[in-house]
Amino acid sequence: MAFTPPKESFRGRVYPVTIGTEVQETFGGENTLPFHRFEGEIPHRPLISYEIQDVPPQDWPEVVREPYSDVSDDPVKWAQFCQESLGAKSITLRLIGTHPDQKNLSAEDAVKVVTDVLNAVKVPLIILGSNHIEKDAEVLPKVAEASKGRNCVIGKAQEANYKTIAAAAMASGHKLIAMSELDINLSKQLNILITQMGFEKERLITDPMCSALGYGIEYTYSVMERIRLAALAQADPVMQPPMVADVGMYVWKIKETQASEQDLPEWGSLRERGILWEALTATTLMLAGAELLIMRHPDAVSLVNTFIDEMFA
Amino acid sequence: MALTGVEIFKLLPKTNCKKCGFPTCLAFAMKLAQRQTSLDKCPDVSEEAKRILGEAAAPPVRPITLGTGDKAVKMGEETVLFRHEKKFVNPTVLALEIKDTEDEAVQMEKVQAVLTSEINRVGQLLRVDAICITNASGEVERFETLAKTVAEKAPEVPVIVSTESPDAAKTVMGLFSGKGALLYGVTEANAEQMVPIAKEAKASVGVRADDLEALSALTEKVKSLGVEDIVVDSGARKAPEILEHNTLIRRAAIKKNFKPLGYPVINFVQREDPLYETLLAGLGICKYASVVVMSSAEKWKNLALFTLRQNIYTDPQVPMQVEQKIYKIGEPDENSPLLITTNFSLTYFIVSGEVENSKVPAWLAVMDCEGLSVLTAWAAGKFTGAKIANFIKESGIESQIKHRELIIPGYVAILKGAIEEKLEGWTVTVGPREANGLPSFLRQKVAA
Repeated sequence: MAFTPPKESFRGRVYPVTIGTEVQETFGGENTLPFHRFEGEIPHRPLISYEIQDVPPQDWPEVVREPYSDVSDDPVKWAQFCQESLGAKSITLRLIGTHPDQKNLSAEDAVKVVTDVLNAVKVPLIILGSNHIEKDAEVLPKVAEASKGRNCVIGKAQEANYKTIAAAAMASGHKLIAMSELDINLSKQLNILITQMGFEKERLITDPMCSALGYGIEYTYSVMERIRLAALAQADPVMQPPMVADVGMYVWKIKETQASEQDLPEWGSLRERGILWEALTATTLMLAGAELLIMRHPDAVSLVNTFIDEMFA
Repeated sequence: MALTGVEIFKLLPKTNCKKCGFPTCLAFAMKLAQRQTSLDKCPDVSEEAKRILGEAAAPPVRPITLGTGDKAVKMGEETVLFRHEKKFVNPTVLALEIKDTEDEAVQMEKVQAVLTSEINRVGQLLRVDAICITNASGEVERFETLAKTVAEKAPEVPVIVSTESPDAAKTVMGLFSGKGALLYGVTEANAEQMVPIAKEAKASVGVRADDLEALSALTEKVKSLGVEDIVVDSGARKAPEILEHNTLIRRAAIKKNFKPLGYPVINFVQREDPLYETLLAGLGICKYASVVVMSSAEKWKNLALFTLRQNIYTDPQVPMQVEQKIYKIGEPDENSPLLITTNFSLTYFIVSGEVENSKVPAWLAVMDCEGLSVLTAWAAGKFTGAKIANFIKESGIESQIKHRELIIPGYVAILKGAIEEKLEGWTVTVGPREANGLPSFLRQKVAA
């Protein structure tokens, strides 16, 4: 029996999304499954964005706080460190300090941090709220306006607050992350609602909600695979934005990245365990379709970069 | 690819004789397509039809067992490309390679690492499943020494014997005769000598070729030599080739019913950096490897790979559940707070993780709601005031705590009245809506 390689091509294509102004990065744009370069085109590599915060990362575990110990008291220094010392291609500024349970910083405080960071770095900036529905609706429009024209990514718009956030992102020329909770139908519905406001679907990034390895990654994995198949095989235009995996935040709060080896000797060295947990969560979700990854530990980022290098060699 | 009812019908006698117990041949064909009856119920079916239907009924990826006894592991039997379509069947076998060129101390350490690798995670016992002994020296004697060590120290662990030398294979396979070993290293060049050695030891055969076409020809050859339990290696070692070959092999088997590649796949992912090696092993787990051979088995690496394998191979149609009971987080005492949530495993993980983050020892009541999350369980009438009250009363927690305060998830604040009505003497406090609000909530609570 002669063997014919059962290669597959698809009608659909993921939209390429370009962010930044002075320095630009593009992700998405492929017409095939993740890393399937043997049967389709993947014009852009997945993009890894380094996460920083507006307030010192007190709730980050020691392993991931340590690389930033000299800079994390100041978002500007922190951003510069990522760009210059770590070679970050993009930076994600999470305005976690605006959360009412955190420091409850005001929209004006947030605007100042965003402006300072934008003035200090050239690489594209992703600006995320604190994931508090009402507060994000208040803070994100202001920071979107303050960063007008810089072609940032603003996030995350959710079902309960997308109107104000999407309107602001649209008016200020930004890209937008639309997040729904682990359900392909909810994800599609939110993308439709946002595009019905006049927001171009080519400027959207879908966040089907991340989960860490061991904490529901199989749900994120399968929702991502289904969204990607809808984009490619069914060529569904609302399902064609690239996808983001907000990896660091979900990984560095679970037990596996915090419990010491003294407490759980059967789990082995905490440092390697934490770094690996973040890297393996990231590569697994890339295999499911994520093109934009938000990550924390420099060593995890470099492992994932090596993996991407090998895939694109 | 399974045949449809109509395709099967065309192969039947079409006499509607009813001897099979069904009113018509078509009805019988439909039942056959759904695998609810078997072809032998038809006394008049032709030999030709038997052959075609028999081939079509065989699973697209051949089932093979590695090892014997309690530690035996199954491979193959997969039916889909994507896990949302149907559960992935037999989890990737993780194998640790031991080379005959390594120091004896290193070899012993590796054997020990496999023997002590077992971890319990969410009720499942997970371990490094197999040892792959590799004849890196090319010498028969050194290989035999290693094989003897492994056979003696780890007699129950399934073994992969990796060599391309028929002499080495012949010497060593006797040690693993009848133990369900895999003789890996069969190539186009040595198949005639190697296959009979595997056959004699009742071992399966691991074949290696340099591309998929050569691989297909090689499996046919091995089959003609009398062994059908085959595990295939396309020669892929780099990530893009592993992904490409594994995908094409799985597609050929499942979508094209291409029998020469309908076998479990083995990937060799050994790299110098154990962290990076883990990422390649992860690629194998996600993308269709039945066996992944690695060069090290650090505890942190095992934990990550066991977890990934468990996650990818769970049944997507069955929500993962945890046992209904009152869980202790930290070392709670009679004054520690009591929280309640549902038994969807994800809910449990996230809530217990956040309670742990708070560093406040607490009692976490996890109620059986058939694996539904809080809001879904409430909407489905499984997380109601009466049921919660009942569960709390029957759980026996009242004898372990002095206070009578129950913290409920913020999303079901509406239940406060109903629970207090049914649970006499208790106060219900509404907690945060999202689990990530728990640390600050609990810290304030104990500070108050």
